[in-house]
Parts: sequence; C-alpha cells; structure tokens
Amino acid sequence: MNQTPLLQVIDLCKSFGGIQAVHFVNFDLYEGELLGLIGPNGSGKTTLANLITRFVKPSKGKVLYKGRPIQHLPPFEIVRLGIARTFQMVRPFYQLAAYKNMIIPLYSPRVKKIAGGEYGDRNAVALDLLEEVGFERDANVAYKPAGALPQGYLKRLELAKAIALQPDLLILDELFSGLSLAEVAGMVPIIEKLRLQGKTIIMIEHRLKELFRIADRVLVMNYGETIANGAPKDVMEMDAVKNAYLGSE
Amino acid sequence: MKKRKERIDRGIKARSGDVFTLCSWREMLYLAAPRLLPIIVFLLLPPLLSVYWQKVLLSLAVFALLSISWDLLSQSGMISLGQALFFGMGAYLSGIADHYFGLSPLVAIPLASFLGGAICTLALLPVLRLRGIYFSMVTLVIPLMLVRIIEATRIFGGTEGLTGMTPFPSKWIELYLVITVLLCLLFGFRRMMASDYGLVLKGICDNDRSVTNAGINIYWFKAQALFMASTVGAFSGAFMTHVYLFAGMPVFALDYSILPIAAAVVGGPGSFAGATLGAAILVPLSELLRGIGGLRIVFYGIFLVVFIVALPEGIFHYARRKYHQFERWVEVEK
Amino acid sequence: MFVGTILYAIINSFILIMMAIGFNLTFGISGVANFAFGALYVLSAYGSWILLNLLKMPYLLSVTISILLTSLFGGLIYRLILLRVRGQALSEVIATFGIGLSILELFSYFGLVGFEYTLPVFIDHSFIIFGTYVDAQRLIIAAVGLVLVSSLWLFTHHTSIGLAFRGIAQDERTALTFGIASDRIATLSVSLGAGLAAVAATIIIPLGSIAPAEGYDVLIKALAVCIIGGLGSSGGVIVAGFVIGFAERFTDTYIGSHWTMIISLTAILLVLVIKPSGLFGKQKELEERI
Repeated sequence: MNQTPLLQVIDLCKSFGGIQAVHFVNFDLYEGELLGLIGPNGSGKTTLANLITRFVKPSKGKVLYKGRPIQHLPPFEIVRLGIARTFQMVRPFYQLAAYKNMIIPLYSPRVKKIAGGEYGDRNAVALDLLEEVGFERDANVAYKPAGALPQGYLKRLELAKAIALQPDLLILDELFSGLSLAEVAGMVPIIEKLRLQGKTIIMIEHRLKELFRIADRVLVMNYGETIANGAPKDVMEMDAVKNAYLGSE
Repeated sequence: MKKRKERIDRGIKARSGDVFTLCSWREMLYLAAPRLLPIIVFLLLPPLLSVYWQKVLLSLAVFALLSISWDLLSQSGMISLGQALFFGMGAYLSGIADHYFGLSPLVAIPLASFLGGAICTLALLPVLRLRGIYFSMVTLVIPLMLVRIIEATRIFGGTEGLTGMTPFPSKWIELYLVITVLLCLLFGFRRMMASDYGLVLKGICDNDRSVTNAGINIYWFKAQALFMASTVGAFSGAFMTHVYLFAGMPVFALDYSILPIAAAVVGGPGSFAGATLGAAILVPLSELLRGIGGLRIVFYGIFLVVFIVALPEGIFHYARRKYHQFERWVEVEK
Repeated sequence: MFVGTILYAIINSFILIMMAIGFNLTFGISGVANFAFGALYVLSAYGSWILLNLLKMPYLLSVTISILLTSLFGGLIYRLILLRVRGQALSEVIATFGIGLSILELFSYFGLVGFEYTLPVFIDHSFIIFGTYVDAQRLIIAAVGLVLVSSLWLFTHHTSIGLAFRGIAQDERTALTFGIASDRIATLSVSLGAGLAAVAATIIIPLGSIAPAEGYDVLIKALAVCIIGGLGSSGGVIVAGFVIGFAERFTDTYIGSHWTMIISLTAILLVLVIKPSGLFGKQKELEERI
C-alpha cells in the first residue's frame, strides 16, 4: 500500500521515574487494518495505548495521525479527531441505566459535527447502538442499571460507547478479558462488522487464538520495546516472541 | 419464621407513573403537590409574617441560594468550602458599584452577579485541572485571606466597609425578588441537571476519565458549572448589600461558607430541593438559637458531622422515599 | 537590619514549616485531608494550659500529656468518623471541617481569650546573634523544626512503618496486598499529624497567646504552604515554608506589615497558574488520573 498510513508512531518513549515503560516504539498502521498488540504483562501495551490517546504524555517521540502530529494534544481533542478507545478496567456509571451511559459519548462535539448538528434523539440512538453490540432489545437489557449487568454486557457497553463516537481508529484494550468463550465468539462478528465499515482497529489482547483469527498483523512488545511485527503465524514462529511469553532457558 | 423488610412503591405512585396520571385528580395532585408546596408557601407566606420573620424569610432565601450554588458545584464534582468567596465578591462589587458609581440596585445587582461570577471563575480556573481537594483548599483559603487584605490595606472602606447604598423601592419588591429568583433557580437547575447536559456534569463528578474519553472537554464544562454557581453566589451577596445597605469584611465570614454546606448535607446532598429544605430548617433554627451567639456555628458543625456520617442521604431524600414507597415486613421465601 | 530580617525570616520559615508538616504528613501519606488541623493545634494548647494552670502540673508533664492526648484525639476522629466516610472525598473534608469548626467556635464561645492564656517559654533568655536580639524560644523553634523535619525524613524513608505510610499514599490497594493494614496506618498518620500540630503549638504559642482565631490562621498557613509546596511532598513543605517565610518577613520589614497576607495570596495564585500541583508536587502525573 502506498498511501499515507493512518497512524504513524515514531520513536515513542515513556519513562516513569526509572522505568522505561515504552522504549523507541515505531510502527505504521494503514487504514482498514486490524493490528493486534500483544506481549506479556507489563510489556507496555496499555501505556502505548495511553500514549497514542494522550492520557499519558510521551517523554520522547511523535505520533502522527492522518499526517498530523497529535502527541501534544489533550485527550479530548484526540477523540474529536477520530480516535476512540476502551479501557481495560471497565467502569461505567453504575447507577445509570445502560442506555443512559451512552448519552455522554453521544453528547460529544464530534458526534454533533459528523451528524451535521442533528443526531436525532440521543435515547433512540443509544438503544440502537446497544442493540448492534448485542443488547437484546426485547429483553430490555439496555434499561437495566449498569451495576446490575454482568461483565460481558459491560464490555459490550464499553465498546458501544467507543463506536458511538464514530471513530476512524478504534483502540480496544483487552476487550476479551474476563469473558467466556461464548461471549468472545459473540463479540467477534461485531468487530468484523466494524472492519467492513472501514474502521481501523488496534486490539490489545491476551487471548491469542481468538485474536489471530481476525488480525491482519500483529505487533509484539516486551519490556517496552517492539520485538516483532508481521502476520500472526509468522510472528509466533519467532524465537524472540516465544522467549518473551514462555521465558528462556 | 424469618422476616425481611421489603420496600415497594406506593399504589398511588404506580398509578401516577405515566400518562395515566391524567385520569384522576388525585393522582395529578400526588405528583403536583411536592412541586406546588414550596411555590405556594414561598409566595403566600410573606404577607402573613411579622416584619421580624419576613427578614428571616429573606435570609432563608439568600442562604437557600448559596446552598443551591454549593449543590450545583458538588454535583459537578467540585466541593466548595468557600461559598463566602462568591457571596463576598458579589457583595463588594455591588457595594462598589453603588457607593463609587452611584448605580441603582437594578443595575448594580445583575452587574455584580455576573462580574463576580466571572472573576471567581477565572481565579479558580487553574485549580480545576487538579484533584478535587485543591479546589476545596483554595476556596477555603481565598476568602479568609481577602478579609485580612481588606483589613490591612483599608481599601473599599476597610474595617468600616461601604455604606450609603440605595435601598430597594419597597420591602415587598425586595422579598419577592429574591423568592422569585430562588424558585426559578430551584426548578431551573433541577431541569438542567436532569437533562443530558446535567448528565455530563454528573458524569464528570463520577468518572471524569470516562467523560474525557468521550471527547468532551471536562474543564470547559466544569468552568461552566463554576460560573453558574459563582454567579448565583455573587447574586446573593449583591442582593444582601442592598438589603443591609452595607458591604464590609463580614461578607467573607465563615458563616456564609459553612451554612450552605450544612444545609445541603442536612437537607439532602445531590438535590436542589434538599439544599433549599436544609436552608429552610437551619436558618430559622439559627434565628431561634440567636441567643447563644457563637455557639450557633458549633451546632452547624455538629449537625454537619452527625448527618454526614449517620444520615448521608439527607432529610429530603428520606422524605421523598417515604412519599413514594413504603416498607413492610415479609416472610423470607424458601 | 538586613541580617536581622534574615534571621527572623529563617525562624518564620520554621514556624510555617512546623505548622504545615502535620497536615502535609496526614494528607500526603494517607490521603486524608484533616481540616480539623487548626482546631487540634488550639486544642492541644488549651489542654496544656489547663493542665499547667488549673491542675498545677509541671510543665514538661503537661505538654507531653497534651501532645499525647491530642494525638489520641486525632486517631479517634479517624476511627469514629473518618472511617465511615473513607474514600468519599466530599464527606471526609466536610466531616473534618465540621469537627474543627465546632471545636474552635466552642472555645470562642467560652471566651478563653486574653493574655493570661499563654504557654510559658522554655528558656527565658535572649541571645545576640549578628547584632540582633533573638530570644531563645525562637531559636528553639528553628532547632526543633530542623530536628523534626530530618527525623520525619528518616522515618518515612528508612523505617518499615514510614515506608508503609508512603506505600498507602502511592497505591492503597497494592499496599493492602503487601499486608499493610491501611486503616491502621491511616489512623496512625492522622494521630501523628495531630501530634505534630500539638508539638508545633507547644513551641510556637509561647510567642503570643492562645486564641481560637489562631486555629483558622494555622489552617490557612498550613494550606498555603501545602498548596505552594505541593501536597504530600515533604521537600515541598520545606521549600515553600522558606519561600513564604522569607517573603513575609521581607515584606514586613521593607514594605509594610499590611502587605504580608497579600504576598502569600499572590504566591498561591502565581503557583496555581504556573505549576498548579505545587513546586514539588509529585502528583502531576497522577493528576491526570488514569
């Protein structure tokens, strides 16, 4: 592909005190790709996501989105440009009904801008979006308070909140963690549908089997550095990757 | 035979749930009564009271405004320990407008309210980015410092304060003006917080990272809430200046910071009706306790602590729960 | 005069540091903002006075008992009240504020104001240093301040309890998994903070007299120092203490005593604009609260 990459990460570094959480990470991401970001715990995957979405300030390096540098912009500005993310630790507004949780993303200026000022009734849109991610409409699941929902639904709610922002780039941080096999299987079609809509996705995951079935490319991190970048089955053959996950002799 | 307590909606609450309320006068009354009650009481009470108690009602309304302002801030995630800052700012600005520029109350009061709100918001803007505790600390410290500065530099009348204000044309205008403003804000803010905009504010209070993640600039929203609250606070100060015809150091007194908090906590934190109710309880109470002077604040303090630990939901929420639901003992099903 | 100003500025700085250190310890270490701090300061002073003058106990015994009782009281505040509202910032602040308020206004009501309400100085003597009269009490303040600050530093960096304190300041959950009983540590830190307030009171009150209004002043000054220095940073307290201490003293000598409060206020506002989390605020990263 010889178009400009949607996202370019150049020499990105972040240290917390003495710890190098992210160390000279470089990669490009093209539109429509699904990039898997994997690595053992503590390898810096979530920090990388935080750096791209600027919830954490980079110590060094650049992040280019659609050609423009974004590493100095405040997080809400980055969301408005079209990058949406989910959080690993899902924390909805527990007292509110699930669909009410959606109101806040739908209130975002980005949504207003894309819809040309009139998005329609937020409640209705919220219910539609929730149905798309699997909240059964006839069981009125969307009306239940978020505190009463099991983890599978909360993860879907988190995903729906990101989708509501109509992003071009979605960063999903451990969306599958804590879910049963059936629940994961249920979520894969939703992600496939997002890809068909032309969205670019980065998925940080530990559930490798499910991820490899849908990822185009995989980036492996260990101790803050990228140690592999390629197609899933190629990457898993590499010794460096095996050592990272399983340890070396 | 084991029993447990069960809480169910009252019959009339269930029946007046939706459009069906229009079927019966009784149900409509059930819904309307809590809303009409404060309106009727506030509007009809003044002519029935003696002059002394009219002054108390006035004071009640002013403190209710301060409490509402406090509650708005706390619902948006900012805990103000210095309502006196807004009150005093409005009081002084209004006093200055009158004393030095001869503006009539009708001009001075709105001017002081909005200007006071703007100044306070700008001054507190840097703290909005920090953890909530900084906001509380700064709002506590600034009015206390301003008092000492005025005392030391003797500006704006120094220890004697500013006098010679133009009073209101009549005491009825005075009283009904503040009552009308109170009622408008009481219902207006309630509406606002129940709307999607209010949801965003409450979301910021609950989980601001989540709101930022939705592409919303939380500092801008917090600034808006701060401006609204400080303008209301400044209004109460500006108003009082023209009632007492005086603006001096006492406008930054701790009283004005503490009673709103006590009122909101006692009446029901997180609701404007609760804040008003709290003021309605504490202000007359403190009048009755006037004889014991400084001990009043001790009472506020104790009330505060007792309520926040023992009955955190406040009187209003408790009363509302009782109004809508009842409890009974039922057998535990097997 | 210049040298004299510097000397008094140093002493003033230590006064401020001593006032702020208890508050900073409690907040920085257990995240509890104890707004009853000023009240505890005054409480211990009155306590000592009562023991000294009404029960006619010897000086050292009176102040020691008073300091211990104040620490105990601080711990009680935590156990009885703060424990129930732990984690809800709103309630913590309001509860401690309410307590502090009640105590101070109670004293105010009973009218225990006047020159006879004061604590005696340690040594009634004056020294001449660099051509200026400095009374012994003020020197003691500086000395005690220095000792306190260094021993606190040693404590929090080199003893297991001190490290535990810092642990729960950084991340309570992780600390719990290490077997650090966070509630017990929090109680301890509130007690310690209260005790430090009491020590400060014992040393500083002899310069003047006890007054309930002093409680508010102490709270303001402690807050000012902590805001400027950065909440939770002991280094910040020291630097901020010196910054404000010197600014106040020099303003007092060369410009006019009326302006000292203005300087403090301006300093706060400046810090808030330039580096809001304080000069040494480590919380800068955390303030983004991921």
